[in-house]
Amino acid sequence: MTDTIHARSTHLQELEAESIHILRETVAEFANPVMLYSIGKDSQVLLHLARKAFHPAPLPFPLLHVDTTWKFRDMYTFRDNFVARHGLRLIVHQNRKALAEGINPFDHGSQKYTHAMKTQALLEALALHGFDAAFGGARRDEEKSRAKERVFSFRDKHGQWDPRRQRPELWNLYNGRVDAGESMRVFPLSNWTELDVWHYVLRERIPVVPLYFAAERPVIDRNGSLLMVDDERMRLRPGERPTLRKVRFRTLGCYPLSGAIESSATTVESVIHEMVHARQSERQGRLIDHDEEGSMELKKREGYF
Amino acid sequence: MDTALQAALPTDVQQLLDEHSNRALLRLAVVGSVDDGKSTLIGRLLYECDGLFEDQISAVRRASAKRAAARTEVPPEVLAQGLKAAAGAGDEEELDFSLFTDGLRAEREQGITIDVAYRYLSTARRKIIIADTPGHLQYTRNMATGASTADAGVILVDARLGVLPQTRRHAYIASLLGIPYLAVVVNKMDLVGYDRATFERIGTELADFAITLGFEGVRLFPVSASRGDNITRASTRTPWFDGGTLLSWLESLPHQRRLDGAPFRFPVQYVLRPHQDYRGLAGQVASGTVRVGDEVQVLPSGRRTRVEAIDTFDGPREEASATASITLRLADEVDASRGDVLAHVNQPPLALQHLDAMLVWFGEQPLDATRRYLVKQATRTAPAHIERVLWRKELEDLSEVPAESLSLNDIGRVRLVCRRPLLCDPYQENRRTGAFIVIDALTHDTVGAGMVLGPAETTSRGAQSLVSRDERWKHLGQSGAVVLLPATPDSEHRAFALERALFDRGLHVATVNGDVEVAQALARAGLLVLVHAHAPQVRRTLREETRDTGTGWWELEESESVERWTERLASTRGNKS
Repeated sequence: MTDTIHARSTHLQELEAESIHILRETVAEFANPVMLYSIGKDSQVLLHLARKAFHPAPLPFPLLHVDTTWKFRDMYTFRDNFVARHGLRLIVHQNRKALAEGINPFDHGSQKYTHAMKTQALLEALALHGFDAAFGGARRDEEKSRAKERVFSFRDKHGQWDPRRQRPELWNLYNGRVDAGESMRVFPLSNWTELDVWHYVLRERIPVVPLYFAAERPVIDRNGSLLMVDDERMRLRPGERPTLRKVRFRTLGCYPLSGAIESSATTVESVIHEMVHARQSERQGRLIDHDEEGSMELKKREGYF
Repeated sequence: MDTALQAALPTDVQQLLDEHSNRALLRLAVVGSVDDGKSTLIGRLLYECDGLFEDQISAVRRASAKRAAARTEVPPEVLAQGLKAAAGAGDEEELDFSLFTDGLRAEREQGITIDVAYRYLSTARRKIIIADTPGHLQYTRNMATGASTADAGVILVDARLGVLPQTRRHAYIASLLGIPYLAVVVNKMDLVGYDRATFERIGTELADFAITLGFEGVRLFPVSASRGDNITRASTRTPWFDGGTLLSWLESLPHQRRLDGAPFRFPVQYVLRPHQDYRGLAGQVASGTVRVGDEVQVLPSGRRTRVEAIDTFDGPREEASATASITLRLADEVDASRGDVLAHVNQPPLALQHLDAMLVWFGEQPLDATRRYLVKQATRTAPAHIERVLWRKELEDLSEVPAESLSLNDIGRVRLVCRRPLLCDPYQENRRTGAFIVIDALTHDTVGAGMVLGPAETTSRGAQSLVSRDERWKHLGQSGAVVLLPATPDSEHRAFALERALFDRGLHVATVNGDVEVAQALARAGLLVLVHAHAPQVRRTLREETRDTGTGWWELEESESVERWTERLASTRGNKS
């Protein structure tokens, strides 16, 4: 793609250069960084940028997948193939204790479930491996409390975020100083929007999970959310019967908590086309955001990534 | 598993893709005082540019309803608007646009904006990153944060109140931080009956003031953020105004601050060394342009070499300009590591240990001249202290007043002393290399933002030793040097064994456990200083500082024995640098 380099850089080139700068800065300043890998499109873009940042050297950090065991089957397949093909170091961490207690999204509600399987599991994994910096693919355009997030987001000894004690962040000068036990969450995609991510996926030909593209899938309509019945663990309510509908996902999480949208977009180009004309935000399909007003902010305070 | 790409696309899709990928980025800071209607302006801008989604809009409606029901302490006018919105009127004028941007719980509870937030706007021609900076609480700190990266600024003025001291402060900070283009939005024109004379009076007063601050361009817009006049659509209620809309101005601005024309600066960020045959210096071009074959120098050492290759993941390049993130390979094996800067041989940056700077203070604790701080500039972090405050800017009338210290949100001119030279340029000439942050060495908080003015305007560079290096050589028969032992479990024992052996061979030698300052002082006094230290940070600092001061430097190989080390050091008598 060297032919597209012009004297004047476009916004995607600028965003790419900025993200690479952030990735290198983190690796230079921290002893033991890790990249949180959720198998979604943002993770794929982040990983691609990281490979660019350290080329021709291998990635100087491992990937960490905090596995709730409730991801779509397609995601697990994609993850294992991708990691194997690129020879990446992947750590998979599950909250064993919560699993043993049978915590699941049906009996315990999305809040308790998310806290145990995502927040707790993440904090466990960070502590277990002594990571002092963790890259995440979060973007500021996703949600209102994210809009206030720093690129280098300081977490105290308990992994917690305090919006009133954020470090001011000026120019491209990031303060990476932490004491033992404290850590940093680093968000190289802060200034990207959903549309930028898709354009970049297209431009760089980045592989993403097929669930982002429309196909006939077995779904149920529950309170206006289209939920995919991905395996036999899905609990159907009386009267609910899966029907085949042409759907895709704008955001991927645990399958009982990710709403699909009806769509005919089967390529990246048509996804972009559809999105430009969409009138619903990306996280509208995320059930966990809507528990109550300010829900994401509360989760972040507790250590949710 | 890879995404299949279609060969041919419908033309409208292709056009859409081209348009979006070719838009230039503009970074904008929006500032204003409390109740100037800043959140409303941004909300309106997002709404009219289709930057909001339906579920976000209905969430705002729901939030308004909830607020009304709970009867929280919301300002009456906000509450009234919320109620109207909750009533479900489809009329956009009834929507409370500020609710789109105030996102934190405390902000909603208190009806205020606490911290800088970033919003993203796409227009037909631009992608705009908006720094939404709260005006009232800790305004200086928040404004500086938002303004540090901005290519353009928008300042709001309440048409009923006119130019306030606050407005002047905002304009001053915007100019201090180097924002080249400024729009003054005279808001709430609906509340003064869209009166032309009011607008022109405010405009003239502010324009006169802005000129003294040195902006490249200042524009004025009569606006009602709540009713949508002159934001994205020219208003019929201001027929006397022909200056276009705020949006068209934003779309017409030159693309970002031109850094390509400035001298080439490449702060080394990270050294890539995947194998013996590859050594690449990774970093972001801070300014200027570099081409393969260019003669460059590595600072602070001053070693010269040529650029052999510019590498990227996507293949080699012939040239790279600001702000590309690239990897440089050099023709010779010159020593260069994080914190060093590459520049063309005829255009080096300043290398300053004593410098004057403008400083915006963020710390809860006032600036303390006796306290140790860290200065981070480009990719270099150096211990520093602030020798003195030369004056403080009185933000009420923008006069310079004598000051002992700076407190939270103060701005002043200071004299800074760094333990390692900063490779920088005056901020006015280079916004990237002239900027630095101040970190409290103890708490690790970011306590200040600095802008380099230039070398300290005094000749007192601290007391110089009256004994020269030559005299010491003649007297001791050896040169001082720092010798770093490998980080092994027995490094302390080996250090003492080596010290014994060298002493027996007649050398002046001392052993130090990881103290950088002590090691430096002893080496300057002509001693051979054997340092054992395990912490990577200490080892790195020692190495960097020793190189910067031109003191002799040895790093011993783990594979060799103490006897072999002794032979080598004794034969050169420390004579290596």
